[in-house]
Amino acid sequence: MAMMTPTNEAMGLPGRVMRRLDTKWFVIGGATLVVAWLTLIPLGFLLWQSFHSTGTMQEPAVLTMENYITAFESAESLVLMGNSLQFAFLTAAFALVVGTFFAWVNERTNTPFKSLFFAMSIIPLIIPGILFTVSWIMLASPQIGILNKVFGSWFDIYSMAGMVWVDGLHYAPVAFLLVTAAFRSMDPSLEESAMMSGASVVQTAFKVTLKLAWPAILAAFIILFIRAIESFEVPALLGLPIGLRVFTSAIYDAVHSYPSNIGLASAYAVVLLLITSVGIYYQSRLSNQGSKYSTVTGKGFRPRVADIGRWRYLTGGIFILYVILVVGLPFLVLLWASLQRYYSVPSWNAVQHLSFNAYAKVLAYPGFYTAVWNSVKLALGGATIVMLLTSIICWITIRTKIQGRWLLDVLASLPLVFPGIVLGLSLMVFYLNFDIGIYATLWIMLMAYVIKFLPYGMRYNSTSMVQIHKELEESAAMSGASWLMTFRRVVLPLMKPGLMAGWIYIIVVSVRELSSSILLYSPGNEVISIMIWEFWQNGQYVELSAFGVMMITALFCFIMLVQSVSKRFGVKGM
Amino acid sequence: MLTIENLSTVYQSPSAKPVLAASDVNFSVPKGRLFTLLGPSGCGKTTTLRSIAGLERPTTGVITAGNRVVFSGDSKIFIAPNRRQFGMVFQSYAIWPHMSVFENAAFPLRVRSKRLPEKEIKDKVMKMLAAVSLDHLAERQATQLSGGQQQRLALARALVMEPELLLLDEPLSNLDAKLREKMRFELKKIQRELGITTIYVTHDQSEALALSHEIAVMNQGKIVQIGSPRDIYERPKTAFVADFIGSTNFIEGVIRDRSDHGYIVDSAIGSLAADRKDDLTVGTAVSMSIRPEDLRLSETPPTDTNHTVIQGTVSAKVFLGECIDFKIMVNEVELLARCHPSIRTPVGGTIYMSVDPLKCAILNGTASRTASLH
Repeated sequence: MAMMTPTNEAMGLPGRVMRRLDTKWFVIGGATLVVAWLTLIPLGFLLWQSFHSTGTMQEPAVLTMENYITAFESAESLVLMGNSLQFAFLTAAFALVVGTFFAWVNERTNTPFKSLFFAMSIIPLIIPGILFTVSWIMLASPQIGILNKVFGSWFDIYSMAGMVWVDGLHYAPVAFLLVTAAFRSMDPSLEESAMMSGASVVQTAFKVTLKLAWPAILAAFIILFIRAIESFEVPALLGLPIGLRVFTSAIYDAVHSYPSNIGLASAYAVVLLLITSVGIYYQSRLSNQGSKYSTVTGKGFRPRVADIGRWRYLTGGIFILYVILVVGLPFLVLLWASLQRYYSVPSWNAVQHLSFNAYAKVLAYPGFYTAVWNSVKLALGGATIVMLLTSIICWITIRTKIQGRWLLDVLASLPLVFPGIVLGLSLMVFYLNFDIGIYATLWIMLMAYVIKFLPYGMRYNSTSMVQIHKELEESAAMSGASWLMTFRRVVLPLMKPGLMAGWIYIIVVSVRELSSSILLYSPGNEVISIMIWEFWQNGQYVELSAFGVMMITALFCFIMLVQSVSKRFGVKGM
Repeated sequence: MLTIENLSTVYQSPSAKPVLAASDVNFSVPKGRLFTLLGPSGCGKTTTLRSIAGLERPTTGVITAGNRVVFSGDSKIFIAPNRRQFGMVFQSYAIWPHMSVFENAAFPLRVRSKRLPEKEIKDKVMKMLAAVSLDHLAERQATQLSGGQQQRLALARALVMEPELLLLDEPLSNLDAKLREKMRFELKKIQRELGITTIYVTHDQSEALALSHEIAVMNQGKIVQIGSPRDIYERPKTAFVADFIGSTNFIEGVIRDRSDHGYIVDSAIGSLAADRKDDLTVGTAVSMSIRPEDLRLSETPPTDTNHTVIQGTVSAKVFLGECIDFKIMVNEVELLARCHPSIRTPVGGTIYMSVDPLKCAILNGTASRTASLH
């Protein structure tokens, strides 16, 4: 075969080379700027705002410590701080105990129904926090709560205990997944040798399993604590009516009181940000230590499960009780309410008046289609932007040796410290003052979603990026493919499983997003979760329930569909 | 065809001091030749190969392929790898799992700036796949191929764009021993048939000896010797080369006199006639290398006067099937000799060794490990 004689055309004249390089640097530079813009602006502006008075048309904002003084001088502020920490701590502890118990039961014992445990873990994805909270109000409020009617008035959901109960139940699956991962990465011979030394199942669990998993459990606790302190739905719906305020609901209150006090809200937000930052810092330090913990390796182990005899009926029973509390009762109460004309507790009389009236009303509701369509647009758009943007960021941080690439990683993970409501607040205030025409449009909500879910995109993409052998890209370059071509035809297709999994996850969490949207939406730009919120504020419980049942069903179908499709195409990691 | 001049690569790292991965590498490869960079891991052979490919940017030097400068440190020329049009086979094969066998091989043709008609692509790819006997698997998913098949596919992909230069980065190291030997022959056959200039990187000396027209042995970023396989094996210039390529006996000595072929060297095992072309001063302390198979064993004193004859005592022996290894003590020095298994001298028995002076190589400098056995 005759070898191709190199011609000048194929020679890569310097100018041509420069142009080729330019696309690569253009994309890298562009992605870096976008991420910096997205993440630094809210943070920077929030800090600025917290030191300034709320500006109006007549008087511009001035530098002041007033906000922090207001935020901290009163005894009420101490109460606020105390409430927030107490709520977050108790919620995290409750969720962790429940989650760890189920993780141990699932991984280490022969309890029945174990195959359902992982199905349970996607429940918080399917039932959004606001619906879960509303359904528990219908179950356990002193006035209309079904449980209180049936068992006598012994439970008041409008209390700290009620808040902890609802949020803790909802977060327990997160704890379950985190602790399960820790248990799985543990060498089973460590536990088997405890058994051989004569320890019982329970002794082994407490003296070996839990002790070894301790760093991971502590890290899980911090994650849950952050989630709880950022939680908005539960404190807003259960705490505000009785004046029990935490930071998130206080921020909402400050913005929505008249006249709205943005400066005070910003001061609260900065304090909240400090708390979450400290949490994230310790959590990342702990997980770094965890990887050094010699007994807990990265390998996946599947240890032999212990036979716990008749006790397994008890553990199985507890699991069923949990499923009833988390899925059964909430869904049934929504279903019940949705079939009423006017909300009423179950009775024979009410059964005779079941109707689909509420569904018809919701479907005919003026904003219904707009809200659904807005949610779909935001979810699809946000998920696509996040996954593509973070694929480039991950490529830069993992593949290149560019100086300071770690900074990009930090930037893209920065939104982790932003509670949704804080993010909403800072974007709202910034784009209100700095008018580029996106305030009070869907675009500002899209921006919020992209920022909020950037860290998720990073996690999914970096996991799949590190698995792609460097030589797969180099061989494309040797075959004559430009950087863009290599990225499009080799890197992205190889990352597809991770990209798809992350994309789907972000779609699901976008549809449920409330805490940022609540400060950013404007009439005509409502999304699904805002519509539920408005139904609640207007006391339209029946419509709310009908809408909720439809939403849960739709999300459930979506996830089932995705799971069956992804099994066929080998997409892992939902 | 390919010329490398004064190539050096320095890895700067903020924490540690700079590492000189390749230092002042010079060689040139005529058209159609297979040139091997051989050395232990970390010797700079892969850095050199990746610099030729354009996957790494050297610090200084000039790389010329054909009549085109692809890299020049002084003139700041650096042609991107995708513009160099060299074929390359990677150690991991780098077969794209999301494409079929055909699409993998067709990729270089599809990403060309000048589009080829689909039919021409198909013809070229199928011809190439046939050359590596994969044409019957063209529609398979690449992940369904065995290791040897993936290796051949990687080769087909590297060759399909008819490159002027083929780069092979330890292409056989991931195969099992049997397959490796088979692929060695196939690779040689394909290279010789196509007459494509090839740079081959390996740490396996037998691979290098079997395939190459010329070998450059590298150590610590430098080329220590360039020569034909026979040259490198029989006339190693340094202890490193002698030691790295095959096993050898190192013997220390002092030059006593010149002889017909080279020099007479006094050593602990007696006077040896040794080979060396260039000038050495009488009285210099030197190291010599004698390959185990070049110590010819016999139970009676050999009569061939041309060869040096040494008498020793068998101290241990190992039967290896195709040959037998003897450890022989001569004046407190232990030598390793490899011979046909027909020699059955028992341990403790007297044995004679004869050495062809041409097979006794005087090395540059003294060996760090005197009379070490491998």
